[in-house]
This record gives sequence, C-alpha cells and structure tokens, in this order.
Amino acid sequence: MQTLTFNQKLGRFILNWIFLMIVWLMFTSTLFWQEVVVGALVSMLLSLASIRLFTCCTLSLLNPVRIFWMIWYFFVFLKALIIANFDVARRVISPSLPINPGIVKFKTKLKTNYSKMVLANSITLTPGTLSVDVVGDTFYIHWIDVETTDPEEAFKIIAEPFEKVLLKIF
Amino acid sequence: MSILEIIGGILLIIGSIFLFLGGLGIYRMPDTYNRLQAGTKATTLGGMSLVLGVGILEPAWIWKALIIIIFIAYSNPISSHALARANYRRGHYPYIKSKDKKNMDAYQEVVPHTKEKEDKV
Repeated sequence: MQTLTFNQKLGRFILNWIFLMIVWLMFTSTLFWQEVVVGALVSMLLSLASIRLFTCCTLSLLNPVRIFWMIWYFFVFLKALIIANFDVARRVISPSLPINPGIVKFKTKLKTNYSKMVLANSITLTPGTLSVDVVGDTFYIHWIDVETTDPEEAFKIIAEPFEKVLLKIF
Repeated sequence: MSILEIIGGILLIIGSIFLFLGGLGIYRMPDTYNRLQAGTKATTLGGMSLVLGVGILEPAWIWKALIIIIFIAYSNPISSHALARANYRRGHYPYIKSKDKKNMDAYQEVVPHTKEKEDKV
C-alpha cells in the first residue's frame, strides 16, 4: 500500500465525507436538522476509518471540468447500455441464435486501478462484450460476435469511446 | 391516472420485459460466458428500470431507488466478471463456433488450457 502525504489524506477524507453525506441524505430523504447532524457525525467517523480504502482521487475530482465529463460519461454509458440490451434481445429472440463467440485482448492507456475498474465495468455492460480479466494494462474480453482478433482494432471498436472520456476524468 | 403513474407503469413493464429476455437468454445460450452476457446486460437495465418505476410510483422512495440503481450498476458487472474469470480458471473453456479456434481465445496465454476441448453443453 502506498504511503500518503498529509494533503492527500486530507483530500481523500473530505471527498469521502462529501460522498457519504450525500448517500446519507439520499437514504433519509429529509433535511430535518437532527438527521443532518447525526449523518455528518457518522459519515465523518466512517470516512476517517476508510481513508485508505474507499477513494481513488483527492479533492481535484470535484473540478467542474471533470464533473462535466463525468455527466457526459454517464450519457455515453447509458446509450451503450440501451443499445446492448436491444442487441442481446435480438440475439436471444432470433431462432438461429446468431453468435460467434471468442475472447479477444487489447491494451489500455489508463493508469490507475480505479479507472481500469470503471472501464472494465462499462465494457461488460456494452453491446456483446464481457470483461473476463484485467492483467496489468491488458484487457481480456469475451465477445459474443467477434469481428476482429487484432488487438488494435478490437480496442477501437470496444473501448475507444469510453477511454477517451475516462482519460479526461482521471 | 396521473402522468407519473403512467410513466412508472411503463418503466415497470419495460423492466419486466428485459428481465424476461435475460431469463430466456440464460436458457438459450450455449455456454457460461454467453449466458453471463445475456444475464448481466438484461438484468442491469431491467432491474434499473423496475426500481426507477417503483421510485416514480412512490415519490417518497425516489432517492432510495436512485441509490439502489447506482449499486446495481456497480455490482452487476463486477459479479459477472468474477464468475467468468473463476469459470475459466476452473477449466471450462468458451464455446467457439468458428474454425479458427487458436486465435479466438486470447486468454489462454494467461491461463494455459489443461484439457483438449471446450465443454459440451
């Protein structure tokens, strides 16, 4: 585990606190002051305990430009998810079961573990692909209808639209 | 009937259709990986739209519904990845339709095959 400077710890602590507070407010769905005070205390304790566990980034994540790209990413992802569902529905319903499965690989330019996790999760939910494993910077993807086994082209088809946005966020 | 009830009802119907298609996919697909493909995608959108529909029908629950949606979006792909990886390492290799069997399975460079053929289903 890497050693953190005081500033990094403080940034992670505050970011954790903000996120946990948002989750608390969503769960209680009220702004009654007693609830808010208890929530602030509980989430402060939890974020103190989880400085090393639950965050990827420091406060710079709350930069408006990054937040804009996060919202953009959400829409890119939602579009891919809906296309993926209709794609699966088409394959499942059609009597001949049009599949040509196989496992392909490609390399990513993302550096941090957290961004690789987000990319792998997104790939799983996009049309016809399922991430089987990530070894270093190589992704192994099960593809329900293999169009190419060449890593570069597979990367262009599967991951490029997500990675472009993720590189701007992380 | 208010407009919110209509939207909620439509979302419930869409969700149940996709969940049904996911179940059908699990029944029809030839091997574990393809079943996971159908299962994961359909249950993610199906579950999300069901929960969102419930949240819209009962406006007091909408924030909790949003939290559940975020949890589904995070945990569903992670569990399918874990299942697929464990399945491969256990020695159940993917069903491959095309003739070019060597190149179609790139993951065997990480986990070498210990038996000759993929599983018959």
